[in-house]
Amino acid sequence: MFEVGLGHYLTLGAIIFTIGLVGIFLNRKNVIVLLMSIELILLAVNINLVAFSIFINDLAGQIFTLFILTVAAAEAAIGLAIIVVYFRNSGTIRVEEIENLKG
Amino acid sequence: MIAHAVFFYLFSFIAIVSAIMVTAARNTVHSVFFLILDFISISCLFIMIGAEFLGMIMLIVYVGAVAVLFLFVVMMLNVAQQKNQWFGSSKSSSHIPVGLLVSLIIFFELIIVIGGWKYKPDLLDSKTIIISETTTNTHSLGNVLYTDYIHLFQLSGMILLVAMIGAIVLTFRQREGLKRQSYISQISREKKDGVQVVEVPNNKGVKIDV
Repeated sequence: MFEVGLGHYLTLGAIIFTIGLVGIFLNRKNVIVLLMSIELILLAVNINLVAFSIFINDLAGQIFTLFILTVAAAEAAIGLAIIVVYFRNSGTIRVEEIENLKG
Repeated sequence: MIAHAVFFYLFSFIAIVSAIMVTAARNTVHSVFFLILDFISISCLFIMIGAEFLGMIMLIVYVGAVAVLFLFVVMMLNVAQQKNQWFGSSKSSSHIPVGLLVSLIIFFELIIVIGGWKYKPDLLDSKTIIISETTTNTHSLGNVLYTDYIHLFQLSGMILLVAMIGAIVLTFRQREGLKRQSYISQISREKKDGVQVVEVPNNKGVKIDV
């Protein structure tokens, strides 16, 4: 219980990953919250990588985390730009009203 | 050891609760605030287990840039009042049980993997970069990041550049009726266009038609 090991960190990562997944599945209102859920999922992956890196005593995991951080920042910037353009064109970013691709 | 455990449980409790609040908060601005709280507690965890450079980078990149970007977009689009609900959809709620089921299955799969996971014996021998005891975390990261991983490092710089250009191109919009600075006409202006030398007669003054 008081011996915090690798399993604790992996469990924390799994819980946060699942919360982000549930946020993507159940959100019906706001695309920005969807993007935040994706950030949560990437955060969970980072937790896993850093925990493995520390407990296996190998630095490569932390370097990988750095690159994931870069990609996450780029993804957030592009995603928010797309949301801004969509809002400007159609006036709404509610998930249930975005149905252009239904054909 | 007990202090380590106490702080681990404290920070992970804060992280999990705020992650739930990110997806469940009715106001989008509150969601962004909980996202910031989540990032801060996770970076505290990183600092606690010895990855202090990543913890600090996490604070700078996520809290300082990404979360502020989210906040900026939320306030710019004025969707803060548009309530965010989990089960609020009246049109189609048939996907909700399926989504919950799939999430639960994925969660239990992850737990099963973690619970049954053991070190492979040769995994410990396949280390690529061993964390050194004498140098600091930042120092050892810098030692390998700029030598062994230099191509990946430059590639991530290219990704950031592409993202920046993409965001600018996507959101750029030419408005009508705005007075703008015209660099071409400014640079190509010459002396004979702008300056006129006039002989001024005494006591008469001079009249210039502009």
